[in-house]
Amino acid sequence: MDSALLSLLAAFLLSLIGLLAFIWSLRKGLLFENPRAASTIFAPGEIGKADDPALDGQAAQRLQEAISKSHGDEPQAEDPDEIKDRIAADRSTAFPVFMFIAFGCMWLVLGATAGLVSSLKLHWPDWMVSDAWMTFGRMRTVHLIAVLYGWITNVELGIIVWLLPRLLRTPLKGPLWVMLGGSFINVGIASSIGAIGAGWSDGMEYLEIPWQIGLFIQAGMICIIGSVFYTLLHRKVHELYVSAWYHIAALLWITLLFTVAKLPGVHFGVQQAMTNWWYGHNVLGLWFTPVALGAIYYFLPKTIGRRVRSYNLSLLGFWTLAFFYAQVGGHHLVGGPVPGWLVTLSIVQSMMMIIPVAAFSINMAGTMWGRMRLALYSPTLRFMMFGGFMYLLSSLQGSFESLRSVQQVAHFTHFTVAHAHLGAYGFVSMVLFGAIYFMMPRVLHWEWPYPKLISLHFWLASIGITIYFVLLSWGGWLQGLAMLDATREFMDSVRVTIPYLEWRSVGGGLMWLGHMVFVGHLLVMILRFGPNRTGEALFAPEKMKLEIMHGK
Amino acid sequence: MENEAKLTAGAMTTFGIAVAALVVLPYIQVSDVQPPDGLKPYTSAETRGRDSYIANGCVYCHTQQPRDRSFAPDAERGWGRVTTPGDYYYDKPHLLGSMRTGPDLMNIGVRQPSMDWHLGHLYQPRAYVPDSIMPSYPYLFEIKDEAEDGEIIVRLPPKFAPEGKIVVARPEAVDLVKYLQSLDRSYPILPPDPQGVEGTDKAAE
Repeated sequence: MDSALLSLLAAFLLSLIGLLAFIWSLRKGLLFENPRAASTIFAPGEIGKADDPALDGQAAQRLQEAISKSHGDEPQAEDPDEIKDRIAADRSTAFPVFMFIAFGCMWLVLGATAGLVSSLKLHWPDWMVSDAWMTFGRMRTVHLIAVLYGWITNVELGIIVWLLPRLLRTPLKGPLWVMLGGSFINVGIASSIGAIGAGWSDGMEYLEIPWQIGLFIQAGMICIIGSVFYTLLHRKVHELYVSAWYHIAALLWITLLFTVAKLPGVHFGVQQAMTNWWYGHNVLGLWFTPVALGAIYYFLPKTIGRRVRSYNLSLLGFWTLAFFYAQVGGHHLVGGPVPGWLVTLSIVQSMMMIIPVAAFSINMAGTMWGRMRLALYSPTLRFMMFGGFMYLLSSLQGSFESLRSVQQVAHFTHFTVAHAHLGAYGFVSMVLFGAIYFMMPRVLHWEWPYPKLISLHFWLASIGITIYFVLLSWGGWLQGLAMLDATREFMDSVRVTIPYLEWRSVGGGLMWLGHMVFVGHLLVMILRFGPNRTGEALFAPEKMKLEIMHGK
Repeated sequence: MENEAKLTAGAMTTFGIAVAALVVLPYIQVSDVQPPDGLKPYTSAETRGRDSYIANGCVYCHTQQPRDRSFAPDAERGWGRVTTPGDYYYDKPHLLGSMRTGPDLMNIGVRQPSMDWHLGHLYQPRAYVPDSIMPSYPYLFEIKDEAEDGEIIVRLPPKFAPEGKIVVARPEAVDLVKYLQSLDRSYPILPPDPQGVEGTDKAAE
């Protein structure tokens, strides 16, 4: 049978199965709304109450007024039992979370600096060339490892560890195992950055970490998964909130992904290239994305005191993401020496990604409808909304970018780099910033000393990424067109990008500046400098507040 | 959803399908690929040079996968024919690359066989390609008063040579160039199986 007929038959069978699943879910009542499940993140009476620990007293009051005006209902007094559980959950995670966030921010400073240096090197090729570790090929890779594994992974682990006990209303079980796991992971990251600087690399994009060092990261992940599952088994709630699905599944996925892709001595030749890109795309799709989405599903409704619009839509978004995203990645090899069916499969699944993206975006738009201006009052909300919107944008762009006709121009150019930054920075990192602004006052029992710096950070980061993305995409597209035109010499495709590469450094510089503001602010908070405020951010009872503040 | 077992099982199933489709099937499909007659394994010097190529991250700016004529004018640029899985038989790790900040290097050994050109270009790319944005690699070279026995002197355009001194290539630079010279996939490969070409079945009827 020829392949066209086979694929038609497969598509027919798949849609038949889909139809049956749809009918079954209708009969099971899965498509009816389930507001009880969507409310699990709120204590009874808490709906309608503003919650943004990043705000000081007055600002929090303004947010509350704005919310009361738009929701039209006054919050009731919360159930003290639930709040007690939440405080216990927060206390059990404070130290591990602090560790993850502190490591994450340290790697962010290093990674952003290495990124800025690499960007400058692209238009100042004779700058900083005297030593091997400074060369573009190593500096760029240090940037990648530091921000992907050091910054994003650490902070995401911090979010998972902080959020799960809250969602499960159970203190974290085995926090020492989590700390041990976190130490293993950071030893692994530090060693791999050292190794790459010294020229020891496995040589594949996203998989540069030598597999011997990778064992540390795997061991660390296993320690953390063990503790997370043990907590899960002891949970007090009946419903698992959507953030918990995303986070638990993502933890399993990243561990397996890394294991499959790093198996020493198995992958070879073009098959290795396929595994490489399958991993490279899925580390974004099955680790960074689900954790960031899970975070939005918690922080965004929590800040405005309103449950997500449709719980079932989030369920649909989760399962379609799990199914489709895992098979994306082959499109990175469009036109390369790989089987055509593999590339086609990945392109089809990339387009299917529109379903989970639409499910998430419609859900969030429904939740925020008529309340967009609340972002004026709450920095957490602002970061979350920006991140959620960039998720929509970068995923739609990614879906269309996988098409052969677009790839023909965009592939092998800076266009792809711009797209990667839109996802990893515009979406994921912005969500992480927002989550840190929400979590840290609870973790440290101290308010953000200078709320204006949060706004400054937001604007530096968002203007920086916009400049970076728009101009680099433009330059990359021109580069691709120049390369496709056989009448133009290759060097034309280099020359045409120079002004855009310079703009990229400007955008990158703004982002870098934003990080310095952010990390500096966090440092001030950790060291308890700055104004000593009453603690609107705290919701611990008076007695506990004193107990924790003894450090001052 | 209230059951963590269902969640775990579902997450593992979707993941398993993806591994089967994107890792295991390609593994089976290319596991019996044989090296083409024209392809030789890398010598030890070339292997060292390849390690240096990896260590310095050359792969982040240079691909090693010329594409088909129907897709991009790679062949017109002299970058060679489209590659097949067999061409990468000895490549571990693969260095296909994903960026063309610089040109494709799959057949650089054919295009640019000169050791002198490569050494000079690594020392200062702008000595040969004025607008190049490739970094220079001075740490692969030594600047000396005179060369010792067996050392390779880099001949540079006068404007780029250090005054009164000579530049000699360190062994890493020589190995790296030997690797670049070995990049040659210009030997012929078998024409594709006519049965696999769309439309031929009908034409035969």
